[in-house]
Amino acid sequence: MELITGAEIMVRCLKEEGVKYLFGYPGGAVLHIYDALYVQNDIKHILVRHEQAALHAADGYSRACGKPGVALVTSGPGLTNAVTGIANAYMDSVPLVVFSGQVPTALIGNDAFQEVDAVGITRPCVKHNFLVRDIKNLAETIKKAFFIATTGRPGPVLIDLPKDVTITKAEYHYPKKVKLRSYNPTIKGHAGQIRKAVDLILSAKRPMLYTGGGVILSDGSPELIELTQLLGYPITNTLMGLGAYPATDKQFIGMLGMHGTYEANMAMHDCDVLIAIGARFDDRVTGKIEKFCPTARIVHVDIDPSSISKNVLVDIPIVGSVPNVLRAMISVIRDEKLKPDAEALGKWWRQIDEWRGINSLSYRQSNEVIKPQFVIQKLYEVTKGQAIITSDVGQHQMWAAQYYHFDRPRQWINSGGLGTMGFGLPAAMGAKFAFPDQDVVCVTGDGSIQMMLQELATIKQYNTPVKIVSLNNGYLGMVRQWQEFFYQKRYSMTYFEALPNFVMLAEAYGHVGIRIEKPGDVEGALREAFAMKDRTVFLDFATDPTENVFPMIPSGGGQNEMLLAERDEMVSTHDDGMVLL
Amino acid sequence: MNNNNRHLISILMENEAGALSRVANLFSARGYNIESLTVAPTDDPTLSRLTLATSGNEQVIEQIVKQLNKLIDVVKLIDLSETDAIERELMLVKTKASGEQRAEMKRLADIFGGRILDVTDATYTIELTGDGNQLDNFLRAIEKDAILEVVRSGATGIARGQKALHV
Repeated sequence: MELITGAEIMVRCLKEEGVKYLFGYPGGAVLHIYDALYVQNDIKHILVRHEQAALHAADGYSRACGKPGVALVTSGPGLTNAVTGIANAYMDSVPLVVFSGQVPTALIGNDAFQEVDAVGITRPCVKHNFLVRDIKNLAETIKKAFFIATTGRPGPVLIDLPKDVTITKAEYHYPKKVKLRSYNPTIKGHAGQIRKAVDLILSAKRPMLYTGGGVILSDGSPELIELTQLLGYPITNTLMGLGAYPATDKQFIGMLGMHGTYEANMAMHDCDVLIAIGARFDDRVTGKIEKFCPTARIVHVDIDPSSISKNVLVDIPIVGSVPNVLRAMISVIRDEKLKPDAEALGKWWRQIDEWRGINSLSYRQSNEVIKPQFVIQKLYEVTKGQAIITSDVGQHQMWAAQYYHFDRPRQWINSGGLGTMGFGLPAAMGAKFAFPDQDVVCVTGDGSIQMMLQELATIKQYNTPVKIVSLNNGYLGMVRQWQEFFYQKRYSMTYFEALPNFVMLAEAYGHVGIRIEKPGDVEGALREAFAMKDRTVFLDFATDPTENVFPMIPSGGGQNEMLLAERDEMVSTHDDGMVLL
Repeated sequence: MNNNNRHLISILMENEAGALSRVANLFSARGYNIESLTVAPTDDPTLSRLTLATSGNEQVIEQIVKQLNKLIDVVKLIDLSETDAIERELMLVKTKASGEQRAEMKRLADIFGGRILDVTDATYTIELTGDGNQLDNFLRAIEKDAILEVVRSGATGIARGQKALHV
């Protein structure tokens, strides 16, 4: 058998995994790998402008199409720059395989040039990681990495490759399958638990479905829709779960949590049976734990046992993959012709509709200044609700989540867990690689966009046109909002006294820039931008600098303690809320 | 009932570089207690056995067990506190042993089933095994001033009866 180098082995393994795009940045420790990439055409390497962007792009690609994202960075600063992107993927359970170069094995531990302990630094924010010291283990390690990243609760896996391993030669053998005696995620839900859950679910008088990112990651949306419509129950999605159930359907009562709708949070608070699916009871969802769903008995379906009863004790835990468990539930209900309590459900819906009537997402429109919510509403109209939307982190993220109604999974891509400013633009680029024919929009703000601005060059180089909708209020708006409410308007370091001319900046990178300052110009500008199919357009909307995100549950508050727009007098947060995030 | 019970968790892990730090890292990252930690390869050289003494309420211990199981390198684990188990720890104590102290120290070592491994004209080095309490009791029984050095291995354990933790 022929002997090939470690670098060639790696490239061949990626081909066998069907990898189309490799997002990366070269450097000394990975030169052999880049040389091996140079002489082939199957895998397209995307040269980003910063390693963090390589991770976010791979992440956005994966979230958009469901395949694992793959990234390659060099040792030392290449790896440390990538850490934010790795942690981001870890918090949102995105399957990534990340290769980092390492100094030659003989130099490891010697403080060699561009050496860091990659495995040590990333250990707390990867699903698993490997340091390959022996070329003989390389192919199998890569197979394991893809297996671990994509199965069970997905997540990033890092492979650290010392330079000598990439030039040493070995026989190539890529295992068809791997089996790990220590890793065997439970896919199928326990039949007895499912039976108990179905009984509880059907006995509900005030039921509530609360579903998260796990539904999207497991492609469980069809099963979720079937179950929800079979039951006729109200459903809310977390920030990570938007799109798993069509937002325009009448059973959908909006996102829940800190900036969720009034009806979703009130229904959560008052429900008697809570059906949590692929969600992890994050603090942004629960508010104050002691006040969370005080009257509910809880069913929790999740593939990760450690997500169950971590924050909130549940009554019926079911470990398994979402589509698998939901199919089993649907079968029990259909086979036994079980019916929910129609009378109680009718009463419950009347209550929910009353809450809906409050119209908690209403805002005061203006003829003078552009309201950020209005921009998202117009974006929704102009794109007919069909665009893939990525976002950065802050007020614009919440407005995008609230006012763009996502009707399909993998349409909404945002940094939910880690809350990484700068995620939006490279993620949009990654999504565009996955779906070159679809409109991809990055909703951002003047703060976030400046964290990954350099990727405008990558987008130009690879001709992956995206539309950038920047809600430019001159402030770090979300922090400003908290300072207004809870720090007596002491706007410490949240105002940008200098901002670039984003139009000229976009043009400098070879794109189109449009500045919009009047409400009457919003729709026209959006139409103009989307008419330019093959151009990246930076839409710089001058939005109301004082606009706040509502509804809002202040830290330490219960689900029924929402602040609604300007109608409510602003109260200070609970004392114990001041120590919460 | 004490909420914060002590638990002895015994873990079989892949004998890979970094496996131990994954466990230690998990405990520090999530703010769990480690009272003691012992680790060594087993008769199967591909496996390490790690014994961890920790404490927490029921919910914390449940999370610890789940989080440990989530580590890819963890093959199997058992909470020995949930079962009838034998717990043992090794302790080496260097004590002063001169004059009239000498006979008394020998007598106490005998009572606790200890062995004197090293003798000088002024010191004894005593080996003791037992569960943590027994070792504590020995240290309490001898004069505080007499203790020169104490080395403890940390607790290890095994279930009684036919139950065995293996792959």
